[in-house]
Parts: sequence; C-alpha cells; structure tokens
Amino acid sequence: MMTNFLVLDLRTRTMMVIFGCLLLFSGIFLGAWLYGEQGQTTNLPLRKLPPGWDRPFGTDWLGRDMFARTLKGLRISLEIGLAAATCSASIALVFGLAAATMGRLVDVVVTWLCDVGMATPHLVLLILISFACGGGAKGVIIAVAASHWPALTRVIRAEVMQLRTSDYIKLSRRLGRSSAWIARHHLLPHVAPQFLVGLLLLFPHAILHAAGLTFLGFGMSPHTPEIGTLLAESMRYLSTGMWWLAVAPGLTLVLSVMAFDVLGNNVRALLDPKTLRE
Amino acid sequence: MPLQLTKFLFAKTLRLVLLVAAVATLSFVLVSRSPIDPVDAYVGAAVMKISPEQRQMIIARWGLDRPPLERFGRWAAQLAKGDFGVSTIFNEPVTAVIAKRFVTSLWLMVLAWCFSGLLGFALGLIAGAWEESPADRLIRLYAYTMASTPTFWVGMILLMLFSVYLGWTPVCCAWPPGLSAEQATLWQRLHHLLLPAVTLSLIGIAQITLHTREKTIEAMRSDYAVFARAQGESPGGIVCRRALRNVALPAVTLQFASLGELFGGAVLAEQVFAYPGLGRTTVEAGIRGDIPLLLGIVLFSTIFVFTGNFVADLIYYLVDPRLRKTAGGFS
Repeated sequence: MMTNFLVLDLRTRTMMVIFGCLLLFSGIFLGAWLYGEQGQTTNLPLRKLPPGWDRPFGTDWLGRDMFARTLKGLRISLEIGLAAATCSASIALVFGLAAATMGRLVDVVVTWLCDVGMATPHLVLLILISFACGGGAKGVIIAVAASHWPALTRVIRAEVMQLRTSDYIKLSRRLGRSSAWIARHHLLPHVAPQFLVGLLLLFPHAILHAAGLTFLGFGMSPHTPEIGTLLAESMRYLSTGMWWLAVAPGLTLVLSVMAFDVLGNNVRALLDPKTLRE
Repeated sequence: MPLQLTKFLFAKTLRLVLLVAAVATLSFVLVSRSPIDPVDAYVGAAVMKISPEQRQMIIARWGLDRPPLERFGRWAAQLAKGDFGVSTIFNEPVTAVIAKRFVTSLWLMVLAWCFSGLLGFALGLIAGAWEESPADRLIRLYAYTMASTPTFWVGMILLMLFSVYLGWTPVCCAWPPGLSAEQATLWQRLHHLLLPAVTLSLIGIAQITLHTREKTIEAMRSDYAVFARAQGESPGGIVCRRALRNVALPAVTLQFASLGELFGGAVLAEQVFAYPGLGRTTVEAGIRGDIPLLLGIVLFSTIFVFTGNFVADLIYYLVDPRLRKTAGGFS
C-alpha cells in the first residue's frame, strides 16, 4: 500500500488537471474583479514602462497597467466564449436530437443546414453575421454564438442515430418501454457526456474566433478592452519597440485557450468508459 | 466506370448550385436586415456634409428605395448572369475587385498551403512512427500549442522580431510602396510574402500534423506493419516503404478540405501585415458597409471551399480502389 502512496494513478492525475484548469479560470475572474477599474485609469508619468516587478506586463502609452487590462480583457473574452459556446451547444443539441428522432424530412433539413453553415469559411461567416447585427459587442457575441453549432450537431445526430439502431434499445422497445422512458434511461446517459465534452471543446474555438473578430475591428469599443481589441491597439505601437504590449496579453490568451482544451479532453477521458479505467 | 464518374460530377455540380443558392439567399437576408445604413457607412466621416438630395440620389442609384424582395430578385437575376454588381468603396465591378485581390492572396495561400502541408506531413510521420519518443512529445506539444494560438498574434510576434528588430523583412504590403504589382520583381514579391506565409504555415501545420500522426500510429499497429517488424524492418523502413502510401491519401484530402481555415487565416495574416489581398478586402467591405462586395466575397469563398472539398473527394474517388467499387460512398 505504501508504494502506491506517491504514485498517482491516471484518474487522480486527470482530476487534478481539471481542478488546476478551473483554478486558473477562477483566478482570472477573481483578478479582474480585484483590479476593478484600475486598468482604465490613465497615469501619464508612468507611461510606456517595460515590465518590471511592480507591473509584470508593463504600462501602455497612457500609463494604464497592462496586467490589469489583460485580466479584464481575458475575462470579457472568457465570458463571450462561455455565452457563445453554451448557445451554440444548445442549438446543436436541439438540432441533433431533432434530426435523429423526428423523421426523414427533419433529418434532411438539418443536415442541409449544417452543410450550408459550413460552406463558407468560418471567419467570413462571422464577419457577415457581425455586419448583419450592426457590429458592436452584440454583433460579436451573436456571430460567435450562431455559427459554432454545425460540427457538434453532426456528432450528436450520429450518436443518437447509432444508439437508436442498437440492439438493447430495440429490445427495450420490444419489452414495451415507451419512447420517453427509453430517451430518459438509455439515450440521455449516452448523449449527456457527449454534449458536455462538445460544449467544453467549443470554448477554445469560440474564444479564438471572438478574439479574431475583435482584432479585425468588428465590435468592441476601445472602452471594453477585449483581448483582441487590446492586441489590435498595440499594433500601432509595435514599430516603436513596445513589445510588451503584444507579447504578454497574447501569451495569456494562448494559455487560457489551451487550458480549456486540456479541460475538455480530460473531462472526456473521465467520462468515457473506455478510458476511465486506464 | 466513366458513367459513374459522370454521375459523380453531375451530383457535385448540382450540389454546388444548390449550396450557392442557399448561401446567397441567406446572406442577402442577413445583410438586408443589418441596422448599418449603407449610405452612412459609405460616406463615413463626411456624413454631415452631404445634403438630403445627394443622399436620395445615392439611395436611388443603389436601388435601396425598392422593397427587399424586389432588390433580391434583381440581384439574383444579375447573379445568375455572373454579374455581382459594383463595389461601392472601390467603384469597380465586384468581380474585377475579387479577381485582382484574389491573385495577390493566392500567392500567399499557395505558398503557405504547400509549406504547411509538406512540413506537417513529415512531422506527423515522425511523431507517429516513434510514438511517445521525445520527438513525438515535442511535436505534439507544438501542434497543440499552435491549435490554441491566434493566427494574428503569431503574425504580430514575427513582425516585431523580424521586421522591427532585425529589419530582415518589410513591415507591410505585398510589394515596395510606390511600385505597382507588375513593376515589382519576383524577389521583391517573395520578400514581402515571406512573413505572412510563415505565419499561416506555423498555424496550419498543427492540424495536418496531428491528423497524420493518428493515421501513422494506426498504420504502425496494423497487421502488415507488425509483420514487417517481425521480419526485422526498422520503424523508419516501415514508414517509408509501407505506411507512407496509406497515410498520404488522408493527409492530401485533409489539406484540400481545410481551404476554409486557410482563407480565414489569410484574412487575419493579411490584416497584420497590411497585405492587400482578398482577406483584407473582406474586412474593409465589412467595416465600410460595401454590401455588393461583401456578398460577392461570401459567395466566392463558398465556391473556393467547395472546390477544395470537391478535389478531396475526387482524389479519393480516383486513387482509392475501395471507394470506386462502392459508388454509394458519395451522396
């Protein structure tokens, strides 16, 4: 027993990784809340300072603390990603279930909608929807929320279709169970983990697309320092050698997106019975 | 066999027509619901200077005073004839603008596409052949990191490093300022192209690497690879002589099927490097409310993505004998 004390099994390690990711996200939210408006106050004597002990990310051309601004921007990015991914995943769930259970016509329509939704390059679609919503923060959120569902819809549709033709469900039907009973006891336990993992793995895409869209200048006024806006603004100061304006905020964005990816994959490993016992 | 091929091509063409019609209808509905006033967006800062009469003239000239349905009918009829209308910001036919800008983008996309494809494939093979080796771990870490990295940020870092600090590459544009595209030499074009293409490639490698790695691992565990192993063949030998042909096909088709992401990446990279290609034009059209141009680009990029997927399917069809026998592989 003692030998196993320090060697953690994969399951415990997975749990710890998940916990670490959640800790990082709460850290971002907590930090953004603690710093409050500090990232917006201009402090001209302290402008254009490179990173140091007091200000880990330096200050910008108005003397605003970049660390506070980055945290705030990251929080906005995470919020957009959260809202958009939840919205897209819900659409995917409804469409996927409808396609798989409501007959041939609905299936054809949903499959066709997926094809149309994936026909245009994603970024072009985002620009189009954002334009249609009149730009602004609203435009960005709607664009990201309304364009990420096709892939997950296909996954859920395929999963449910495969389940419906499986032997134990046919048997259950023969034993006289109602459709509602089967849906609750046989379909739900299979689809729920798929949905959760799909939702988690949508976050990285949603966050990156939102950041890309705001970087291009769609949405977000300079007063809401979303991370894409932050980086777009710093573009103007790159040639003057203020490298810290771009490096640290971008790096934190990469790390948080990676953390979401890791979180999703670890939750999948935990929920999937095939990898659960490894 | 030719009959089957004809059927395949016919089905694909029909699909393209339906797809473009659906995308055209949906995008038209979207842009006509936009609260952004196209006249305001066109005039921009000079909005106070134009008189109501001038505004009326612009509206009448663009046909904005008609009901949406009539406008859509007219636009669709023109579209069917291949006329995409006139771009409001460039004052040129949309087709001419797209053609000119796309050629500039094509340089960038082709270079990045080939580079990321070849390098990603090679990295994926190495990672898959020596699974769990230090090289595999390194390659995987790189690929996962790049999958989470925004294209524009990579571009900014490269721009800062190579253009601002080292001064090896130009800061902007596709050719030296003051020259036209025709006057610039090939060397100058490539020099301006280098950083945007590297940016796109660094990101683009991720997907193809991970995909090839999966396929290679699958191939290395297959019966024929185990048999070769038992006969004393080294992992490298198995990859080169046995797995390569099986892994190459999915990699090539994936590379063709990822043209949409390539286009999206080009939009971001062109924005960072102020590269005057189609991607930058898309952003301009969106921000300055050039509806005909935006719709034109949406349709053009749809056809572009479709072509990629079509080529991917066609290659499968022509190369893989298993798929040719079961014609049901295509819908």
